[in-house]
Amino acid sequence: MTHDQSFTNQKFKLVGSRVNRPDGVDKVTGRAKYGADAAAPGQLVALFLRSPHAHAKIKKLDTSRAEKLAGVKAVITSADLPDHTNGAQLDVLENCMARDRVLYDGHAVAAVAAIDRETAKKALKLIKVSYEKLPHVTDVDEAMKSDAPLVRENIFTRGVDPKPTKPSNICKVSTFGHGDIEAGFNEADVIIEKSFKTEQTHQGYIEPHACLASVGPDGNGELWVTTQGHYTYRTVCSALLGMDMAKLKVTSSEIGGGFGGKTHVWIEPIALALSRKANRPVKAVMTRDEVFKASGPTCSTSMDIKIGAKKDGTITAGSAHIRYQDGAFRGQWGQLGAMTAFACYDLKNVQSVGYDVLVNRPKVAAYRAPSAPMAAFGVESTVDLVAKAIGMDPVALRIKNAAKEGTRASYGPTYGPIGIGPTLEAAKNHPHMRAKLKKNQGRGMACGFWFNFGGQTCSDINISADGTVNLTLGTVDVGGSRASMSLICAEELGIPYDQVKANIADTSSLGHNDTTEGSRGTFSSGMATIFAAREAIEEMKERAAQTWDIPVEEVEWVEGEARAVGKKNDNLPPLTLKEIAGRAAATGGPIAGHNEVVADGAGVSFASHICDVEVDPETGGTKIIRYTVIQDAGKAINPDYVEGQFQGGAAQGIGWALNEEYIYGDDGRLQNAGFLDYRIPVCSDLPFIDTEILEIPNPNHPYGIRGVGETSIVPPLAAIGNAVSNAAGVRMTHVPMSPPRILKAIEEAAEA
Amino acid sequence: MTGTLVNTTVNGDAVQFACPTDESLLDSLRDRIGLTGVKEGCGTGDCGACSITLDGELVCSCLVLGVEANGREIGTVEGLADGDKLHPLQDQFINNAALQCGICTPGFLVAAKALLDKNNNPTEEEIRYALAGNLCRCTGYDKIVRAVQAASKDLRKKK
Amino acid sequence: MQVNLTGSLRSAVNGEEVVEIKADTIRELLSRLLETYPAMKDHMDTGIAVSIDGEIYRDSPSKKLPAGSEVFLLPRLQGG
Repeated sequence: MTHDQSFTNQKFKLVGSRVNRPDGVDKVTGRAKYGADAAAPGQLVALFLRSPHAHAKIKKLDTSRAEKLAGVKAVITSADLPDHTNGAQLDVLENCMARDRVLYDGHAVAAVAAIDRETAKKALKLIKVSYEKLPHVTDVDEAMKSDAPLVRENIFTRGVDPKPTKPSNICKVSTFGHGDIEAGFNEADVIIEKSFKTEQTHQGYIEPHACLASVGPDGNGELWVTTQGHYTYRTVCSALLGMDMAKLKVTSSEIGGGFGGKTHVWIEPIALALSRKANRPVKAVMTRDEVFKASGPTCSTSMDIKIGAKKDGTITAGSAHIRYQDGAFRGQWGQLGAMTAFACYDLKNVQSVGYDVLVNRPKVAAYRAPSAPMAAFGVESTVDLVAKAIGMDPVALRIKNAAKEGTRASYGPTYGPIGIGPTLEAAKNHPHMRAKLKKNQGRGMACGFWFNFGGQTCSDINISADGTVNLTLGTVDVGGSRASMSLICAEELGIPYDQVKANIADTSSLGHNDTTEGSRGTFSSGMATIFAAREAIEEMKERAAQTWDIPVEEVEWVEGEARAVGKKNDNLPPLTLKEIAGRAAATGGPIAGHNEVVADGAGVSFASHICDVEVDPETGGTKIIRYTVIQDAGKAINPDYVEGQFQGGAAQGIGWALNEEYIYGDDGRLQNAGFLDYRIPVCSDLPFIDTEILEIPNPNHPYGIRGVGETSIVPPLAAIGNAVSNAAGVRMTHVPMSPPRILKAIEEAAEA
Repeated sequence: MTGTLVNTTVNGDAVQFACPTDESLLDSLRDRIGLTGVKEGCGTGDCGACSITLDGELVCSCLVLGVEANGREIGTVEGLADGDKLHPLQDQFINNAALQCGICTPGFLVAAKALLDKNNNPTEEEIRYALAGNLCRCTGYDKIVRAVQAASKDLRKKK
Repeated sequence: MQVNLTGSLRSAVNGEEVVEIKADTIRELLSRLLETYPAMKDHMDTGIAVSIDGEIYRDSPSKKLPAGSEVFLLPRLQGG
């Protein structure tokens, strides 16, 4: 059956209420099982040997002494892995285990599985590697210079004409925009041009990557793993190792945070390979040091932004040249940054050029609205400068130029109904805007955009004989989606919330579901759950019709029960879901509903943030005094957790804006691979974070849902930058705005 | 493995285990006693996910050796509830949506209980500083602080 | 129909911003595009999305392209 995806403005009984999550008790009692919490009889401990160099040739790699150590059951190097030369998965495999060259500090070169940690540690020490150090580059601007050391020798810049004949660290140039920017700048009364830099940050999930792998000589395997997408892990791991997909059962554990970092494989294929070689279960858990060095942080960036405007506030042209480093492997992060840079605005003339650049740092992975926060920092800081230059209120300037339905987006297409205008109006009218500021305090605001995705999804609904319902989902629950899916299921079926038990299936129990990324969980799984419930309702109507011996056309489903319609059926009392379920055995067997859908049309998302800061002029330290997030959710299924996404994204953005950064030494090694020196915000750093949920229905979802997970990290860097500028009188162009950087800016301003 | 025998009390029960002398109490609790509610986020005392009480004092179990637990009393998240009755902190963490991924939750609960045991009516600032050794990456701490405030109210009402 | 190209995709169609392709569905559009511009293969391997009247489709090859609709070819995006 095909279902209609369109928004119908249904009246809700349950959706929109604040319910307790079904996995709450497990998580407050310590019972919930995460990646590192599983064990198997006879399991081995896996440890990795990693490169101490930023860039080097592996001249010799000798594992023979380690293999001979008592208690060592398997050693793996790239030589033990399938050869994917010229294959689509080569980069993925080479990142999991270096081949002839190590490309960054922390790149894995070998792994061992042994009976215990002590033995595995000893074995690592017995592996002999001789390296020939190669010149390295870790800075994005340095890497773009023509005489920069080449990170890879086989990368030729894409997106330039003519096709280059020499390899380069620039893997791609992507241009977006429309109109005539030269003409646009000629029309402007004021032009602001500024360069910005942002440093590399990590998603900082508290749970390190962890898995328990088990592969037998018959080719059957199991993987218990912390991941945002166990189906994707199955696809990638089976392709890398030459396993049959159906024979590799991947179970997603409870996930201790991901934010994009658990969308890619890291140690998992190697754990499977070790297990296959040893024919024993293998447990692999990254240390925090390994997480920082060898998982997938986001890019560091450098960019030039230019915006021109008339005195009345009309922006006549905007241009952005943004340079993002992708780590040592080809990515598309600069391209994505270029697409999002001006997406909040209705511009006649706009151009953004994104450069994707290789450096000797770990492979970049997605981090919550990947690439958007940095571009927004540049653009939204410049928009504030334009407002100052023409003497206009920065919110008014944004409202005047905000994109709306019918605006041609800077990345190409024309927008449908969107929420940037309403979030800005809400910001303008928010009481936060009228709160009194004290000495050394300043207020800033910024807006942000993110695409949101849908994608492949399926859900199962099975109705038990007692009328309780199993809802089986395949999108990993990263932030409370079992609660919202249960709400949706109960809403459709017309039963109480606590009669639904939601469960995340393993890969052998339900069809493919895309990874929980791109804010797609509630949007897509919500859609599949609605449709699956409607299938189950059709089935229950059939059963009721049979019971009553009337045509199914005379049965309707209202408030959790089948009702016979029409005068002649007046004598038939309604049959509740529970009654129908109880008779299922006699009316045709188990009652289920199922749906597979490609949930496209996720609808773009916008947010506006307001922030008050206090800057200590003596130390350069910045304290967040007040913070407000306003974002369009389309429809908030469980507002508690929508607020949670808004607050969490804002907090991550605050950390990025003020403290967090990867610090590389001249030797190309990461100097702060731990939570002591890579400082994420703690409880005493933050105030309460105020939220306002707007609901502008997404026309492509029956409930009007838009994803909410990511957009909240987009505005903070710029909102805080603008607030710091208003508090301390200095325009910060380098994130994080750590105390030394702010102090330096204050001192330089005083000297000037 | 050469092990040392450790006699200790965990959540009120006498427990015995053997471990190498360089093993952290965190590893002993997780791998030898099976208390996997104690989480490892960093192994260096920076994240608080492995928070426990040792003779009533809040510590990171990754910074304590297993052998140091000999003759002492350990409290973990698994010991917070009284039979089938959740501790008010546990109830309020659920009611206030104070957890998203939940990996930091056991550590927060143990740390918050250590605070409320000493001070049953903490200010927002006292809560924020008492929990500053526990990292949460999902929530921005907003709902965690509210949950602790609500639980402290519940505990005062009970008395 | 007119198909708009963005970003690095343009280099695969000789730098054109708009190309004319006859197609009723996304599937037809992509296969005809590949016939006419073999350089599109690289981009299709790394992933492509199609925007129809502002809605972005990543995995809906059967999606119809209504006459007169605005069609954009975009890189396939990743999220967190």
